[in-house]
Amino acid sequence: MKKFIGAALVAASTAICASGALAQSATLTQVKSRGILHCGSGTGLAGFGIPDAQGNWSGLDVDVCRAVAAAIFNDPTKVKFIPLSAKDRFTSLQSGEVDLLSRTTTWTLSRDTALGLNFAGVSYYDGQGFMVRKKLGVDSALKLAGASICTQQGTTTELNLADYFRANKIKYEVVAFASNQETVKAYESGRCDAFTTDASGLYAERLTLSTPADHIVLPEIISKEPLGPVVRHGDDVWFDIVKWSLFAMVNAEELGITKANVDEMLKSDNPEIKRFVGTEGKFGEPMGLTNDWAYRIVKHVGNYGESFERNVGSGSLLKIARGQNALWTKGGLQYAPPIR
Amino acid sequence: MSTTSAEVKPGKASLLYDPKIRGYFYQILLLAAVGFLIWSAASNAIENLRAQKIASGFGFWHNASGFDINQKLIPYDASSGTYGRAFWVGLLNTLLVASIGIVLSTFLGFFVGVARLSGNWIVSKIAMIYVEVIRNVPLLLQLFFWYNAVLKPLPNPRQSIELPAGALLNNRGLYIPDPQLGPGGGLILWALLFGLVATFIFRAWARKQQAATGTQYPIGWVALGLIVVLPTLVYFVTGRPISFVYPELAGFNLRGGIQIFPEFVALLIGLTTYTAGFIAEVVRAGILAVSRGQTEAAHALGLRPGPTLKLVVIPQAMRVIIPPLTSNYLNLTKNSSLAVAIGYPDLVQVFTGTVLNQTGQAVEVVAITMAVYLTISLVTSLFMNIYNKRMALVER
Amino acid sequence: MTDAVTEMAPYAFVRKEPLEQQPAPLSVAGPLAWVRAHLFSSPLNIALTLLSLYVVATSLPELIRFYFVDAVWSGANRAACLADKVGRPVGACWAYVADRFQYFIYGSYPISQRWRVNIVFAMFALGVVWLLWTRAPKKKLGIFFFFVLLPISAYVLLLGGAGAERFLGICLTLALALAALYVVLSLVPQLVGFHIGEAALGVVRQLPAWKRFSGPKQLILFALLVFGLLSMLASSVGLPRVDTGLWGGMTVTFLIAAVGIVFSLPLGVLLALGRRSKLPIIQLLSVIFIEFVRGVPLITVLFMANTMLPLFVPQEYSPDRLLRPLVGVALFAAAYMAEVVRGGLQAMPKGQYEGAMSLGLGYWSMMRLIILPQALRIVIPGIVNTFIGLFKDTTLVTIVGIFDFLRTIEATLVDPTWATPTTRATGYAFAAVFYFLCCWGMSRYSIAVEKRLAAGQKR
Repeated sequence: MKKFIGAALVAASTAICASGALAQSATLTQVKSRGILHCGSGTGLAGFGIPDAQGNWSGLDVDVCRAVAAAIFNDPTKVKFIPLSAKDRFTSLQSGEVDLLSRTTTWTLSRDTALGLNFAGVSYYDGQGFMVRKKLGVDSALKLAGASICTQQGTTTELNLADYFRANKIKYEVVAFASNQETVKAYESGRCDAFTTDASGLYAERLTLSTPADHIVLPEIISKEPLGPVVRHGDDVWFDIVKWSLFAMVNAEELGITKANVDEMLKSDNPEIKRFVGTEGKFGEPMGLTNDWAYRIVKHVGNYGESFERNVGSGSLLKIARGQNALWTKGGLQYAPPIR
Repeated sequence: MSTTSAEVKPGKASLLYDPKIRGYFYQILLLAAVGFLIWSAASNAIENLRAQKIASGFGFWHNASGFDINQKLIPYDASSGTYGRAFWVGLLNTLLVASIGIVLSTFLGFFVGVARLSGNWIVSKIAMIYVEVIRNVPLLLQLFFWYNAVLKPLPNPRQSIELPAGALLNNRGLYIPDPQLGPGGGLILWALLFGLVATFIFRAWARKQQAATGTQYPIGWVALGLIVVLPTLVYFVTGRPISFVYPELAGFNLRGGIQIFPEFVALLIGLTTYTAGFIAEVVRAGILAVSRGQTEAAHALGLRPGPTLKLVVIPQAMRVIIPPLTSNYLNLTKNSSLAVAIGYPDLVQVFTGTVLNQTGQAVEVVAITMAVYLTISLVTSLFMNIYNKRMALVER
Repeated sequence: MTDAVTEMAPYAFVRKEPLEQQPAPLSVAGPLAWVRAHLFSSPLNIALTLLSLYVVATSLPELIRFYFVDAVWSGANRAACLADKVGRPVGACWAYVADRFQYFIYGSYPISQRWRVNIVFAMFALGVVWLLWTRAPKKKLGIFFFFVLLPISAYVLLLGGAGAERFLGICLTLALALAALYVVLSLVPQLVGFHIGEAALGVVRQLPAWKRFSGPKQLILFALLVFGLLSMLASSVGLPRVDTGLWGGMTVTFLIAAVGIVFSLPLGVLLALGRRSKLPIIQLLSVIFIEFVRGVPLITVLFMANTMLPLFVPQEYSPDRLLRPLVGVALFAAAYMAEVVRGGLQAMPKGQYEGAMSLGLGYWSMMRLIILPQALRIVIPGIVNTFIGLFKDTTLVTIVGIFDFLRTIEATLVDPTWATPTTRATGYAFAAVFYFLCCWGMSRYSIAVEKRLAAGQKR
């Protein structure tokens, strides 16, 4: 009962705020009054978002949510992770069940426009690849003629697969499953010759197979899969918050600000760093945040490079090279607009 | 009597207690409540959909789908397929597995039901264990079992198990030779059709004769001659025009032949054995409902146990059996939607799975799916009611 | 006369005492004859028997070997169940079940808070025994416990947190207020006069004050007791919130089944009454609902609950992910329950209705006091069968992403820690045994009740 009254009050207050103040985010207000951020995550993909035995989530996608929570609450644990399957992730975001979706979701035009979503940047540049058994003796995806290929239904993967084989005029048999686990299980049992998903996912899933060394990832990358956090249309300020939380992580790496040295950086004379940690200018306020928002993110979550290495890079079991995900200054694609 | 009641002036004082008025009041109240519920749900939905910028309407039906489906009864591919086409592919797959499942589970169910009543101790016990185990374990678990524990561990295509008649079995499914009609092959089909029609007519004629004169005609032998021997003769006369394309290893998979997917087989086995457990109970109850005197009278007339069952008991039991049998058929059809759990592309997997996800139009997609199942249910019960009426007429 | 003659007769060849009773010839009685009659009575039967014996002889020893003789009973990881590591043929890997047993029961529910689940389990067991055991005392109290107190306490205990505690507070206050009301009423019974009428009051007045209104008072006292204990728990140990995303395993399976039972029965009764009602609109709406739900598969209802329910309510109230399938399952079971109850209503002789009406009972009193108690009694087997179906159907929530018992099994099967060739067969066997025991137990109960009811009718 009281819950209802509370919710009604929130609804009423957001309505008033929306009409009264200019830059006030309804989502932010709701998150603040709730005291916790609702983040849509995957159902368990090593390196990107997976709960351990105690239910603590970790991963690259998870860190984006934690960064947003850190920026708002100064506490990265104030996130409730809601595991969503590929099938119902958008419905959940659209229906307001989650405030933010950070779940290896590919940025595409139709999702951006027709589904009414906003992609707040790219947290990981990915592409779709194939995994096969070593003993099959296949070294290229083009040699997969007549093969059975396992994929997860309702993903861009399923569509890319059809496109790729159609474009190369290769016949194949698709076997689609509702969940990622089912798909991997079917591949492992030999139902399919190949398993296809984003390359990062292939590396992660290979770890869960009983003998990872028996499987190889083929060199072909058949699609562009920029993965990033997603928010709903209609709340631009919230969109800005999520977008800039991600940019802050990238900028921090570029500026050399790490979890370890961020407190020292408070005393830095470098104007860029001063703007970043909030000792100069008021950059947080227009978003409804405090001015040390970026400091909080780095303090609690670390910069993009740290998060990458910890979750998917050399510090993890996945051992994925930075590649396209290196900073633009190092030949990669990660580039963030300046804070000023 | 009437004068005294007239003096009380009924109704006037107790308008509040008048059952008729109360009835109207309750109904209006309920109608208002339901109306409000629907209205608020609809307005919320409209509001939410607009807020989320989800397209609405059925325009997506003709949009290109872009995904492939492995088992399809009608031509479909990712390049030319539309969501509407994908819907039909899924629906046909549902109907295929349901109709084959219904036929098989009826046979198996009748067999097990009769076996449970058999005088043979061990047979009836085995039937009982079968029924108890099957009925008390969830269908989904049984499907997982058939798919993951039985079919997936089969050898890979290079080590296929060879079955008689050139069929091959491996973890990609069952491959059977694909018959190809050569020139003159059409004649065989015509012969088969002729045989079927002729058998049907002969049977009707023989029955009439038996009813009129008591003479029995060997329907079984005639049928065998017309349906099996005649087409075979034609086959040889026309110079054996049917050739078979045998499945053979090519690349990763077998090529040629007809491939029956393991998902389909698992679903079919699961649905058949599960429903058969329920049909067996229905059959048993039906047979037990026929009074023992009928069997004893038949035996007294000199009928052997087989004909007794066929001519005396089953026809009477059918009247008890058919209504619950219908609902079991419907359950089988509805249960086929569990295909989604093992990756068989049925209506729910293709339409409420992939299409819903690609289009995001949950309301339309779920509504269409539900409407399809409702239609199937209603049509089936309609046919069963007609059949039921015909069976009931036998009783004078 | 003749007796007397023979008695007197001194003939030596007339036997004085009867012969010892002979055993029946071996061809009619005894194990051999039994075998002949039941196994080898005709060529067909001989063939069937031999075939069955062959099937049993080939499969049974294999099953016993796999699940018992060669099974591995303890171990820490998959090394214990790999044939080449152990050096002998390996059957079922029960070590895996033992290792993951806690997970199968509680899912990811925090370990330090699992005692809360245990309390709910105990309460659930108490309620089930109370209702099902025919000789258990105070059935009305039991019904109140199962359908009102248990859901409230389960909600408070399982979820916890500030919201649940507030809710508990409200319940406690309500119970206290009612208690106060009834204390006043039993001291001053005249206050109820408006409501009950003098005739009934006459009886109440003659009783001593503490015995008046004993029925409601018992319920209130019981509620006070339960709520009081709960709030003591909450204040002493504390009940931190455990999000539904962490619930899993058998807890969730039983939760869905229990919610289905608790809500589908009353709802089903209402729908059945609606369908039998003479008021056309009520009847029409009931028929539409029942036939609609029975015409579609549960999985589509679950999909609808999962994707469309959030659309039908304002965004702020988007229902919890676990709540959605619960709603779906409850509505689905209610439609089936309605048809079972309708069967019972139709089986009531018309005389019962007429008798009740001639006593001047209104519709609700007639239903509550005369018709429903009898109608529900005769359909208990049908109700239990619906529960069995419901219990099996709880597995379908797996498909919409809820971690029920079957899903926890599936989840552990992809875990490399226990990836062995026999893990799958073991996991499925364990799940099958669990579901079989629950469903089979229920069906035995329903058969027993059926027999008892039949005994009453045969006389």
